[in-house]
Amino acid sequence: MRGGRRSTAISDGLRTRHTPFDSRMFLSRIALCVIGMLLATGLLVARLVYLQIVGQEHYATLSRDNRIRISPLPPNRGVIFDRNGEVLADNIPTYSLEVVPVRAGDLKRVVADLTELLGLTEDELQRFNSTLRRSKPYDRIPLRLQLSEEEIARFAVRMPRFPGVEVRAHRVRTYPYGNLTSHVVGYVGRISQAEMDLLDRSAYSGTLHIGKSGIEKSYETLLHGSAGYEEIETDVTGRPLRSLGSVAPLSGNDLTLSLDIKLQKVAYDALGEHSGAVVALEPATGRILAMASKPSFDPTPFVNGISRKAYELLQQDPERPLYDRALRGLYPPGSTVKPFVAMAGLEAAKLNPAKRVSCPGWYSLPGSSHRYRDSFRRGHGAVDLRYAVTSSCDVYFYKLAVYIGIDKLHDYMERFGFGQKTGIDLDGEMRGLFPSREWKRRVRKSDWSLGETVISGIGQGYVQATPLQLARAAAIMANRGQVVTPRLVDTARAGGKTRDPHADDPRPPAIEADPKHWKLIVDAMVDVVHSGRGTASRIGGGLPFRIAAKTGTAQVFSVGQRQNYRTMKVKKKLRDHALFIAFAPAQEPKIAVAVVAENSGFGGKVAAPIARALITHYLQVPP
Amino acid sequence: MKFDNSVLNVKLAAARPNPWTNRLHLDLPLLGGLIALMGLAFVILYSASGQDLDVLLRQGGRLLLALAIMLALAQVHPDHIKAASPLLFGLGVLLLGAVLVIGDIGKGAQRWLDLGVFRFQPSELMKLATPMMLAWYLSEAGLPPRWPTVLIAGLLIVVPAALIAKQPDLGTAMLVAVAGSVALFLGGIGWAYLLALAVVLGATLPIGWFMLHDYQRDRVLTFLNPEADPLGRGYHIIQSKIAIGSGGIYGKGWLHGTQGQLEFLPERSTDFIFAILAEEFGLVGCVALLAVYLFILGRCLQIVTQAQDTFCRLLSGALTVTFFVYVFVNIGMVIGILPVVGVPLPLVSYGGTSMVTLMAAFGILMSIQTHRRLFPV
Repeated sequence: MRGGRRSTAISDGLRTRHTPFDSRMFLSRIALCVIGMLLATGLLVARLVYLQIVGQEHYATLSRDNRIRISPLPPNRGVIFDRNGEVLADNIPTYSLEVVPVRAGDLKRVVADLTELLGLTEDELQRFNSTLRRSKPYDRIPLRLQLSEEEIARFAVRMPRFPGVEVRAHRVRTYPYGNLTSHVVGYVGRISQAEMDLLDRSAYSGTLHIGKSGIEKSYETLLHGSAGYEEIETDVTGRPLRSLGSVAPLSGNDLTLSLDIKLQKVAYDALGEHSGAVVALEPATGRILAMASKPSFDPTPFVNGISRKAYELLQQDPERPLYDRALRGLYPPGSTVKPFVAMAGLEAAKLNPAKRVSCPGWYSLPGSSHRYRDSFRRGHGAVDLRYAVTSSCDVYFYKLAVYIGIDKLHDYMERFGFGQKTGIDLDGEMRGLFPSREWKRRVRKSDWSLGETVISGIGQGYVQATPLQLARAAAIMANRGQVVTPRLVDTARAGGKTRDPHADDPRPPAIEADPKHWKLIVDAMVDVVHSGRGTASRIGGGLPFRIAAKTGTAQVFSVGQRQNYRTMKVKKKLRDHALFIAFAPAQEPKIAVAVVAENSGFGGKVAAPIARALITHYLQVPP
Repeated sequence: MKFDNSVLNVKLAAARPNPWTNRLHLDLPLLGGLIALMGLAFVILYSASGQDLDVLLRQGGRLLLALAIMLALAQVHPDHIKAASPLLFGLGVLLLGAVLVIGDIGKGAQRWLDLGVFRFQPSELMKLATPMMLAWYLSEAGLPPRWPTVLIAGLLIVVPAALIAKQPDLGTAMLVAVAGSVALFLGGIGWAYLLALAVVLGATLPIGWFMLHDYQRDRVLTFLNPEADPLGRGYHIIQSKIAIGSGGIYGKGWLHGTQGQLEFLPERSTDFIFAILAEEFGLVGCVALLAVYLFILGRCLQIVTQAQDTFCRLLSGALTVTFFVYVFVNIGMVIGILPVVGVPLPLVSYGGTSMVTLMAAFGILMSIQTHRRLFPV
């Protein structure tokens, strides 16, 4: 009570310096706090009394018998199938050697002895130590992941010498088709620290692997499932005696892809020794049928940690086998853009398709002497739109691009997906580019020049597209305007229930255009293959249906004004890329294809037969 | 002006009989309480660490550093502490923002700011800076607080707490919010305002929820429902209760607790160290520890009631009550009446960051106590 009086005296003095502050208010608030604190302390003591006096016997018994440990049960990762039920990614049983540090005693000695016994490699020891550093003392830490039968036997004999070291059964991921699916299905690998920080640790306790690329990565949450746990009674040294009960893990979803592994193999083989990519999809649905990138690599070593040396070798390979060209390869699409530019002319610029343009083999802008060459040096003579597409007349499209104007052209090409992500259910796809004035100002910080419009009309200059984008653009043409989103996963199946993970996805709006215009362009594309003057007429023979297609040749090497491009004299790396887009049958399309074969010259020669191989296989006619 | 300080003068002289503690601005009863607590802490830590002298040495080093900081702060006049409050608060908020930006780039949970030489946790700074700011603001704005003042004070609490919660470090965010709110409460905020603030806070929680990343939401959910995480926090609680209950009245004896020594109890030298005490020293040990805490709190409350201006009163009051909240939250979580939050047992758990902050707070309390004017003007 004396304290209270004293403080009142102080605040009497304070009142002169500060705005009125009721000292009694402050003290009453302090008193309230004190009461609160005393009550809270009382609560703590009451709880302690309850635990330590009332519950003492109960807990002492529990403590004496406290031999209960909780052990995580990792879930089975979902299996990945192709559309016909062929297994693309599976889990097979394997045995690993694991150490529980707190029970192992002198860890250094144990590891040294095991190194001697099993010949552990430097890589394995390094990985063990890095896992050790970030785990709890009662965690199991793998030392060697795939033990051979002989190694298991050798360890089993000496097991009593190694408390806290155990052989455990695991399932490990395998990819039966190896190189064929390493880009699209992807692979799993050991969980890194950075990934660990983002994960739900409970769901992942006991899990060693996580999807690193392709479907494995993009569908990680569906594939993984959730961990269960087991309560295990142990003896004094921590050796398990019996299971007291468990909560079963929740297995991951089995995924069925729209991919047809046989068609994938046809695509892969047809590319031969060319680097490049092939994408085939169902135009009506956007479901991917084949998606191959070459050269490829074997995903198996990645699963249990690829050695540094092998990884560097893959990374430094000039052909870049780790790079998924189908999804991420950016190529100048060349003349494959012409059918779409033609649609832009008809729909956005009221082009009269019958009007003829004279093609002398080159084109110059008014007031300029620079000649934009036609790939056919003698010129095509007088060409209308249909013939311009069929014969791939560059001069016609130079003029058409200038006639439409770059901004209108950019806007229309965007609707066919140029410069837009396709929205495929895979991570990491590239956006590509169809330039516009606004883009150049924003990114290149300079003004647009008309010459750039000219070459954009034949898919050169700044224009870049992925094989996936080209296949989708072909599908949109095949659909006469219906836009589709490419999809790899058809169904996800878990706990006996099958569902379509894309069931709720919105359907993108169609490109509305005059049916006569669609017909005109599709007919021109059919002529590319089936008329004598078409650039891909060599693949048109002996088919019970029609293919609509367009060839493309993307310049890698720029030819000087007066030089002559002689294929054989140019180094292979600088040779043109061959491109080809197609869909078939032309009137009721079942498949749309895009092919890019790097550095292989003219599109009609190399890329077209690859597309034909896919189409004939898929539509089940003899090649 | 009328003074009635005759009683006070005599009392102050009697309260400071020792010249060397006077000159060092030390408060002997408080220092005594702290040293007793730390002695107890070393005894428990030795057992909890598995009789690891290295751990004790490292903790001893941290203790010396913390004592030095306490001593240094005790020399600073409260007026200077007051003047520094807004600066410190502004700096702390900036640093919290910086941590979030860097954390966003790293995509993970980030609390540390790497300053090259040492790593620094801005959220720890806010445990002091927030009550300092509130005390400064309320003492400048005039008391008891009315609407605009209450609103601004509320913002001064919510902004740092939200930034820390986004790291995500909900335990610290809560403690910072408590420290600020206590200052506001002691400032005499009306009950109606208090109710209104509670309603506003309740309404803003869902908005904050939507601002969190998915993985951050997962962490919040685990925090609220540890039973959903039987491999982690649920297991801690089960083992911790067994340890405490089996200790009984007198305990199993020092270094003889089976739960702790056989390593059933995770984090036994940090957040769950109270369970080791309870197992080895029983109810008697627990009550003894609580008594030491209550002694320290009692002395702090004395300092609070003797503080001479509004800033000192609010700040010392907020720091004292927050200290108790630390104790209560940690013990409450270990004995299973509160959810598991990552709050250490003050000055007993192994680890340096919170120890430095706490001792800095005691340094401020000592400064407030030993810089009192004989004639408050």
